[in-house]
Amino acid sequence: MSIDWINFTPFSALAGGVLIGLSAALFLLFEGRIAGISGIVGGLFQTRQPGNFAWRIAFVAGLILSPWLYLAFSQLPAVQVDASWGTLAVAGVLVGFGTRFGSGCTSGHGVCGLSRLSVRSLVATLTFMAAGFLTVFVVRHLLA
Amino acid sequence: MSILFSLLVGLVFGTGLIIAGMADPSKVLGFLDLAGNWDPSLALVMAGAIAIGLVTYRLAGRRTVSLMGKPMNVPVVENVDRRLVIGSGLFGIGWGLAGICPGPSFVLLGIGSAKGLVFVVAMLAGMVLFELYQRFDRT
Repeated sequence: MSIDWINFTPFSALAGGVLIGLSAALFLLFEGRIAGISGIVGGLFQTRQPGNFAWRIAFVAGLILSPWLYLAFSQLPAVQVDASWGTLAVAGVLVGFGTRFGSGCTSGHGVCGLSRLSVRSLVATLTFMAAGFLTVFVVRHLLA
Repeated sequence: MSILFSLLVGLVFGTGLIIAGMADPSKVLGFLDLAGNWDPSLALVMAGAIAIGLVTYRLAGRRTVSLMGKPMNVPVVENVDRRLVIGSGLFGIGWGLAGICPGPSFVLLGIGSAKGLVFVVAMLAGMVLFELYQRFDRT
């Protein structure tokens, strides 16, 4: 292992993290809800809870519109998607099914759950981190 | 009110993801590539968010209603089961393949990335698949 000092961005990473934490804090303290994205989105497909659509759609709309808010202050940073179309489709299904099956993703388990000191979320976070590290290792170093 | 507030929280959350670098899949993969040229940035994103989160849950304490008088919808399940581990494992594999998790996928969509759109559609399909599985599992 070597550290990629050129791409290491400690200050913006911390600042972005604090902003993510603040939005999750607002959501919990005022709405009484966990800002877990997979749960918010997945709930749209649960037919058992009618009347629960509007705020979920509004939250997702906020995420989709956030680049425009960012653009009002600064130029958007470059984003680069290396995965092929086929890989993206497979990855998307795995992420969608997996986060619902495991009751959470990076935000719900990784941020909110760990903040609550939930053992369940700690196990989930260690599992998806380990699976992510392992997958990248296989793709970049074993198959490449 | 709830709708406007949710929109606002989504906006701030998404802006945080962009500033943090999470909206760039190549940066996320740089973090997940421990054996390569490792970019530790995303560990600091987690640290920043959790630092705020720890204070938040201390403030929320044992409240049963929010500051707006709404019921607190905090998970009560605390057991570690097979589903949690298998689901998180599958998610991690998908995350490692694309470098995209649910939050950033919608930001990518907003940036106008066609690849982001493909990922989001597939992810929503995966979530529908889960609902179908649930129905099948129950009967």
